[in-house]
Amino acid sequence: MSRALLLALAASAVLTGTAFAETIAITNAKIETAGAAGEIALGTVVIKDGKIAAVGASVTTPSGARVIDAKGGVVTPGLIAASTNLGLSEVEGVRATRDEFAGTDIGAAFDVSYGVNPASTMIPLARQSGVTRAVTAPSGGRGFGGDQDEIEADTLTAGTDSGHSAGASLFAGQAAGITTAAGSPDLVFKSKMAMVIDLGDAGARIAGSRGSAIVLLKSTLEAARHYAANRAAYDRGQSRDYHIAREDLEALIPVVEGRMPLLVRVHRASDIHQVLRLAHEERLKIILEGCEEGWLVAAEIAAANVPVLIDTEADLPEQFESLGARLDNAARLQAAGVTIGIEGSHDFNNLRQARFNAGTAVANGLPYPAAIKAVTSNMARIFGLGDTGALEVGKTADVVVWSGDPLETTTWPTAVFIDGREQPMTSRGLQLRDRYAKHPDDGYPLAYH
Amino acid sequence: MQRRWVMPACAVAAVLALGACATEGGTNVTGDHAANGAAPASKEKSKALPMGLDASVNADPFPSTYRPLPGRLTAIVGANILTGAGQEIDGGVVVMDGGKILVVGPAGTAVPANAVLIDGKGKWVTPGVIDAHSHLGVYPTPAVPSRSDGNELTDPNTAGVWAEHSIWPEDPGFDRARAGGVTTLEILPGSGNLFGGRASIIKNVPSITTQGMKFPGAPYSLKMACGENPKRVYGGKGRAPSTAMGNVAGYRNGWINAADYKRKWDDYHAKFDKGEKADAPKRDLTLDTLAGVLRGDIRIQNHCYRADEMATMIDISHEFGFHIVMFHHASEGYKVAALLAKEGICIATWADWAGFKMESLDGIEANAALTHRAGACVVIHSDDATITQHLNQEAGIAMGAGNRIGLNITPAEAIAWITLNPAKAIGVDKMTGSLEPGKQADVVLWSANPFSIYAKADKVFIDGGLAFDRADPRYQPKSDFELGQPGEGAFQ
Repeated sequence: MSRALLLALAASAVLTGTAFAETIAITNAKIETAGAAGEIALGTVVIKDGKIAAVGASVTTPSGARVIDAKGGVVTPGLIAASTNLGLSEVEGVRATRDEFAGTDIGAAFDVSYGVNPASTMIPLARQSGVTRAVTAPSGGRGFGGDQDEIEADTLTAGTDSGHSAGASLFAGQAAGITTAAGSPDLVFKSKMAMVIDLGDAGARIAGSRGSAIVLLKSTLEAARHYAANRAAYDRGQSRDYHIAREDLEALIPVVEGRMPLLVRVHRASDIHQVLRLAHEERLKIILEGCEEGWLVAAEIAAANVPVLIDTEADLPEQFESLGARLDNAARLQAAGVTIGIEGSHDFNNLRQARFNAGTAVANGLPYPAAIKAVTSNMARIFGLGDTGALEVGKTADVVVWSGDPLETTTWPTAVFIDGREQPMTSRGLQLRDRYAKHPDDGYPLAYH
Repeated sequence: MQRRWVMPACAVAAVLALGACATEGGTNVTGDHAANGAAPASKEKSKALPMGLDASVNADPFPSTYRPLPGRLTAIVGANILTGAGQEIDGGVVVMDGGKILVVGPAGTAVPANAVLIDGKGKWVTPGVIDAHSHLGVYPTPAVPSRSDGNELTDPNTAGVWAEHSIWPEDPGFDRARAGGVTTLEILPGSGNLFGGRASIIKNVPSITTQGMKFPGAPYSLKMACGENPKRVYGGKGRAPSTAMGNVAGYRNGWINAADYKRKWDDYHAKFDKGEKADAPKRDLTLDTLAGVLRGDIRIQNHCYRADEMATMIDISHEFGFHIVMFHHASEGYKVAALLAKEGICIATWADWAGFKMESLDGIEANAALTHRAGACVVIHSDDATITQHLNQEAGIAMGAGNRIGLNITPAEAIAWITLNPAKAIGVDKMTGSLEPGKQADVVLWSANPFSIYAKADKVFIDGGLAFDRADPRYQPKSDFELGQPGEGAFQ
């Protein structure tokens, strides 16, 4: 039994109570199912025993159910954020609060799930953005001790472009699936969800060049296959030498066997082409992330049936590997038949951006239903979370009630449910807001309030 | 709209606009808090010094060569208008001519017979967006070390450097920002130094030279920085400042030197004017800028996150007699909103980008709204080449956060956060920032309510010239850099 499953069982044992058994009916709602039923103009969602029990325009509210009147607001599945560092990092500029880097001793074996902090103040912030689940993922490179300005100070003053990658592994490590549920002792519901690797410029910084990175990757995959077939010999000291550590080889076995997706961060059209070719040759299951120039090779990505995670605001020639970035990338990829997931920013503090990025994609040609799916059911499909991501009978009751269009700037969630449990609608930021917004002028400093 | 009118009309429009420009260039723009007395020295007698040795002889050695784009008499009819000056007009009329706003009025306002008509029905019109905190050009894309020219991290006081000498005019980010409705930007040096250098105010037009973008008549500002960045940069080099108190000593020493330098020049000019023998001080670019602040000619744009640090900076401004125009980032503005209102200091902040370092830990979505409620001037800024393209939506998020707690901030108020308020803070509000007759015709026609995530700038006018048209590739300029590259600079 996996560690995650044990913990999940422990968590459910702790949390099983009256709230779990509660039956809730969300009425008077515009329902974006993100599933086959599409949009329901006015209807009811019933939650029972942590699952969606009914969805539709003419659903009867069960007797005894707690009724939440959405007042014409919108109900969606909980948003699923991909490739975030949620729960792994608290303050970007404080190294001690960052657990997203593998370091230099291991690479592929790095498992972020051991470092997820359920007490992170970013978790309630994520809930405030409608995010109920996230794929929290390692960052590539070796990590650094400060923020962007520190990189700036280091690199610009010295006139170098070190990229802070010397000694780092090509593999960033393994991502984990977490919920944003309040009160859980462990937010991880599935560890080892995907192996993460940065190629393109980032891979070249580690390996020396793009060509070196691909050769190194291929030889590492070969080593993992060889190791898998010769474990006993390795233990007897009778195997050949491998260029990476045993734990990294172990971690890569599910990847070479096609059981664990390899999430490849890549940007340039030619790099995407090379990765698709490599995945075909090596029989890997891959997910692409970044893909600013994906629109240039959209048909090839679609033909390979490879999903893509994108930031829909990316329209700048940020690096030489993303000169072709454009705002209708999402619309073009989707039109070509690619399954897309829309992300906010990898940085926790921009997690709220996911829903706005979905709106930006709509403004640039992506059909609205596709944008909703890109932050819900597509993400579930991409990461194999089939029982979440849509408002359909039998699915996990991750549900968000919004004050209006969830992709708009002036709306916010009014209620969030995870596994059928209603979540507290607060966060450190909202506590600060309320302390200062309701300033009682009684001569005592606010610290007393 | 047809392009046909452009050629015959442009000569006339250009002449009108140029005339206007020349007038503005001569406008005496000074800070709100000019130093007492200190009349400008007699330029004739000061010329006795060799060229370049007396800053008062030529305060603008890199003069603007900006020329407005060709424009003509144009009327946008039927759009919802947010004037930036507090009004919302449903289905109104905006007429521009000669690079200026001619008329702003309600439905039915007479439109000149020969005006080019733009149907604004279902659309929105606002003043051009002003980004008061940009590093476009000085930290351009692609982000490569050889073009990273925003932080002169060799001394904590580099008040003598000017951002305009680091701007790469071909930065493709300018084109993206324009497509987001941004018509004016303040390009700032970075925040690694206590005194980072002079800012540059530019009109967002394509130009081969930086002088060709320089906003005629805009005053200079000096970038200062509180907090973590300067002490980390220099502490890391084993020199001062390495602490917050080291920062403050650094500012005060800078102002002491500046006051002394100003006194020497004032004495010299006074003696020279009386015909007395006088030795001219040696000109110092760093102290020129600081003395310019003490004279009230140069504004202070102060990067400062924390409430306590803002209060300290205000005390320093009182100690040496200058005014801080705006705290940038100001994540904790809401904690000292009443103080900011009392001091007449704006904050420039994000909607909710926070938590990325200790000094931004307490940034909240309602920062802008709560500070606005207290009566202080609020600006939504970008500090980022992506966010600058979405300042309208950033303002929408900030407005929504206020209305979530019942502050009832209207679109007519919130639009000022990205138009008239930044214009005031950077000192160009007499010329642009609102739709009022006589002001420069910096105008955006939006496809929808500009605070909506779905809104896009359909047409952008700068000084009455069509600078961007989403529907017409002829008005989608591309940087030299992007020719021959993947995508050819097409980003939408």
